[in-house]
Amino acid sequence: MASLVRAPADRAAPLGVLGSGGNRGDRVFEAVVSAIAACVPLLLIGIIVLLLLDALPAFLRFGGAFLTQTTWDPVQEKFGAAAYMYGTVVTSLIALLLAAPVGVGCALFIAEYAPLWMRAPVSFLIELLAAIPSIIYGLWGFFILAPLMRGAIEPFLKSAVGPLPVVGALFSGPAVGRDLLVAGVILSIMILPTITAVSREILRAVPDTQREGMLALGATKWETIRKAVLPYARSGIVGAAILGLARALGETMAVTMVIGNSSTQIRASLFTPGYTMASAIANQFTEADKEIYFSAIVAVALVLLAVAAAMNILARLLVWSVARGPRPTA
Amino acid sequence: MSFRTRSVAFVSALVLLATACGPGTQPPAPTSAPAAPAKPTTAAAAAPTTAPAAPATTAAAPAVAISVSGPLADEAKSLNGAGATFPAPLYQKWFSEYVNVTQVQVNYQAIGSGGGIKGIQDQTVDFGASDAPMTDEQLAGAKGGELYHIPTALGAIVPTYNLPTVKSKLKFTGETLEGIFLGTIQKWNDPKLLADNPDLANLNEDIVVVHRSDGSGTTFGFTDYLSTVSPEWQQKVGKATSVNWPTGLGGSGNSGVAGEVQQNPNSIGYVELIYAVQNNMGYGMVKNKAGKFIEPSLDSVTGAAAASAGNIPADLRFSIVDAPGDGSYPISTATWLLLYKNIPDQPKAVALTRLAWWATHEAQKFNKDLAYATVPEALNAKSEQFIKQITSNDKPAFPGR
Repeated sequence: MASLVRAPADRAAPLGVLGSGGNRGDRVFEAVVSAIAACVPLLLIGIIVLLLLDALPAFLRFGGAFLTQTTWDPVQEKFGAAAYMYGTVVTSLIALLLAAPVGVGCALFIAEYAPLWMRAPVSFLIELLAAIPSIIYGLWGFFILAPLMRGAIEPFLKSAVGPLPVVGALFSGPAVGRDLLVAGVILSIMILPTITAVSREILRAVPDTQREGMLALGATKWETIRKAVLPYARSGIVGAAILGLARALGETMAVTMVIGNSSTQIRASLFTPGYTMASAIANQFTEADKEIYFSAIVAVALVLLAVAAAMNILARLLVWSVARGPRPTA
Repeated sequence: MSFRTRSVAFVSALVLLATACGPGTQPPAPTSAPAAPAKPTTAAAAAPTTAPAAPATTAAAPAVAISVSGPLADEAKSLNGAGATFPAPLYQKWFSEYVNVTQVQVNYQAIGSGGGIKGIQDQTVDFGASDAPMTDEQLAGAKGGELYHIPTALGAIVPTYNLPTVKSKLKFTGETLEGIFLGTIQKWNDPKLLADNPDLANLNEDIVVVHRSDGSGTTFGFTDYLSTVSPEWQQKVGKATSVNWPTGLGGSGNSGVAGEVQQNPNSIGYVELIYAVQNNMGYGMVKNKAGKFIEPSLDSVTGAAAASAGNIPADLRFSIVDAPGDGSYPISTATWLLLYKNIPDQPKAVALTRLAWWATHEAQKFNKDLAYATVPEALNAKSEQFIKQITSNDKPAFPGR
């Protein structure tokens, strides 16, 4: 993660020095690593071109309706991905709302409060969450979390929040434990390590002069964090959250196991069984036996790729803006 | 877990996704062929072999006498197939037996019926496999000409439920199943259900409907049944390997549906019989065309196929749901091998026809152990005709042994 916050190295100078050396071994090595590095963008371009080609029939046939219609009917060959997009966005937002405060809190503890001997083990444990394969989250969600949500948490939310106006609509209807809310909760656990790790690095990148200056003015620890550290790190922490969001958008396996996989409705209630773009693709492409059906699934993949790529780019820009140096507002 | 590795993982997942539609062909695994005594004869009426399984009666019909055994010299030693997932465990068993019989290695990739159809259309595999018969449109898209459907196994699809308070076996009709899965019957004590199941009278609970989330032959069989018995279903939903479900939760795979049903009290789903039996789940009887409530079993499915043999189309693209006959179980699925009528590659043609013959005869004895229903004789006789009509370079390909 350290590479994330390091300011981009000035490549021109060292390369120029090596290049002018004229050593043949160096030139060969440079050519080899350049070729290897070129493969990665080429791969990405290849994927995008392939997706575009395969998705073209669906976009040509359905046009903008593909993004606005909710009907997904392989029999009638009517495809609209709006319900999938809705499921992806809602579950990812739930995950973000739950994970961001916890993740930033953990990061603050590790960076500002924890004694030195405790920082490494706590960071390690949180980052270990990222090492758990998503299918294991899925199984845990299926057998432990979903029954718990159905039996205790969802009925509680329904009775506590359900009667309220406006927000009550989010917690209405029968609780079956296979719905957008459960998927969001699973995702929040999965993106927690990303948010924590990146936020921690961001907080560490805040120069100590910021803290020292604030403390010298007589500020308490809390005031230092609130007035000097957090404002300095703000856009970087937002970037960390968006990186987490980007992970949530593409997560497939764990979500598929708890979301209910039902694409028929867009309803306000978070207790509605839903579908995400990623789980729709995973579930359906093996038996997509008609050309237009297959094309529609690839089109969903393309939309997902576009959304995830946009989120990643936005996050990187925000993270970089912190790492580049002091901000005038700080 | 750096940002870079995560992006690469995401990208490579997409690569997998984008390439998985085309079945990869495995390199052939050549097996050394012991010297075979004779070249294959081209005549269909070849002399019967002396295989121990087949009675050596020269006068009997070829159907009884022909038995595939031993390697042949000019036969391809490896075949590639891809497609349906429903028969994958059966095919795995078959093909591991088959290599002992003929030393022909059959590689089968269970990539889904859609992939199998695509593979045989594009001739990237030697044979395809599908849980739903190909449509006319799909047949027209086959690059190698006319295709034959060879049925290899049948399966029973059962309505399975989780009702902790009800002890008796439920009885379903086409009407009640259609209502439940359309969402028009929402309570377990609905009068339509009560008519056949008086024990449900006090069960004033919402029905939790569970269906498959992935495309599957099981869904095809189930929706084929509902479309056959209900014009409303036919019009609103239709039949396919995946459909636009009006209601319910989706579980991935038979085991996913079984898991959802087991976890959700008052739920109902549909699975292949074996999954309900293995998981000790309740499953219902279904009323057949003759008006009898039939307990699902492998025999009652084979019975349904035998009872409908007379009405089955000549190309074997049949459906045996809602079959006539007192003992026929009405909801079933079949699975087919897909073979080209004309296979220019002679060694492959020999190997494929022998495999198809073996699959429709000797191999059937493995079906029951793996909880697949056998294909009735009447249908196998039709498959025999197809196999004998497969040609390579204008000559019949099947060597008759």
